[in-house]
Amino acid sequence: MARITASVYTSHVPAIGAALDQGKSDEPYWRKVFAGYEFSRQWLKESRPDVIFLVYNDHATAFSLDFIPTFAIGTAAGYAPADEGWGPRPVPKVTGHPELASHIAQSVIQDDFDLTIVNRMDVDHGLTVPLSLMCGAQDPVHGAWPCPVIPFAVNVVQYPVPSGRRCFALGRAIRKAVASYDADLNVQVWGTGGMSHQLQGPRAGLINAEWDNRFLDRLIAEPDKLAEVPHIEYVREAGSEGIELVMWLIARGAMSDAPPRVRHRFYHVPASNTAVGHLILENA
Amino acid sequence: MALDKPYLDIPGTTIFDAEQSRKGYWLNQFCMSLMKPENRARFLADPRAVLDEWPMTEAQKQAVLARDLNRCIAEGGNIYFLAKLGATHGKSFQQMAGSMTGMTEEEYRDMMIRGGRSVEGNRHLGEDGSAQPHRQPQGSAARPGF
Repeated sequence: MARITASVYTSHVPAIGAALDQGKSDEPYWRKVFAGYEFSRQWLKESRPDVIFLVYNDHATAFSLDFIPTFAIGTAAGYAPADEGWGPRPVPKVTGHPELASHIAQSVIQDDFDLTIVNRMDVDHGLTVPLSLMCGAQDPVHGAWPCPVIPFAVNVVQYPVPSGRRCFALGRAIRKAVASYDADLNVQVWGTGGMSHQLQGPRAGLINAEWDNRFLDRLIAEPDKLAEVPHIEYVREAGSEGIELVMWLIARGAMSDAPPRVRHRFYHVPASNTAVGHLILENA
Repeated sequence: MALDKPYLDIPGTTIFDAEQSRKGYWLNQFCMSLMKPENRARFLADPRAVLDEWPMTEAQKQAVLARDLNRCIAEGGNIYFLAKLGATHGKSFQQMAGSMTGMTEEEYRDMMIRGGRSVEGNRHLGEDGSAQPHRQPQGSAARPGF
């Protein structure tokens, strides 16, 4: 049987990808960010996942205003890094896992979550930056990500985004789906985006370290209560783009009900406009 | 019943809801076209001619030509779409975000290094934080826009 062994949470700031791609990771500004992931890279090598279920948001890349799916699961064999306007990131293509992805879609749709199924899309920094942070720089042609990835895109672009409660319940449905997959797979669920940031208007640059750290505390200790926090609190306290943090609740909901083992915790301000938060939780 | 919009009293913030999305549909779809290098090159060579191919309002076109992201957002633009416009002009997300504050690039970068903008006074309209309407513009940038 497939099993979810761990969850990883991380911001997915595009400038982090640019810093890696342009060889700036040794600059003092960026060294402080990447230092928080040194443990994580070693941990990922040792934990050897077979599949990563990667929750992220598409930043008006695969989905324009023509289609705005609230939850979209990638069931393709592979995904190319997107051109977001600066040219595609020079990173390896992402290999999918169509069989497990289709299995999860079938299971959670029958559990009343109406997913959009995507057989063709490019993936933007929301998906590739977490891979880069956890795996380090990879040669776009000769390098490869460590295992297949199932992209799971959540609408956080057009209001209203799904509630924290809905995201947490969806995570539980994903947990159940993975447990019923008839192959011995080590699956990790990653939740990405956040933490506090605002990219628009005269309030751009908002950071709320106190709120962010409380979010991390509660994500570990009382995720069911954290899931009750309404949208307006995220926006008011953590910035208009801080709303991305609801996606972390999907990954947290996919973990077992027993208290998790906290393997790593990191928080740093800033990366570009954003507070960087990072957690690794293992199922006990 | 009208849609509930509890987010209208946050200073310096425009939530991209269905109303903004309807208003900005063509502006945002134009920005999507800049994901192709050939379209970026055409736009840079003759911005006005390319904009005139789109059923956008004149106010939207003027906001794009002025590279004024606050005006683009007021006209229905969303930052993730507008990022393609910034990228076409070679700008980073930090340069784009900073351009909406009235700060110079250096002023905005330094604010972020000092820990970012405080939420204090910036939760509700009518307080006295740096994002409030009566505190604009915030820095010494020579003009709005990037």
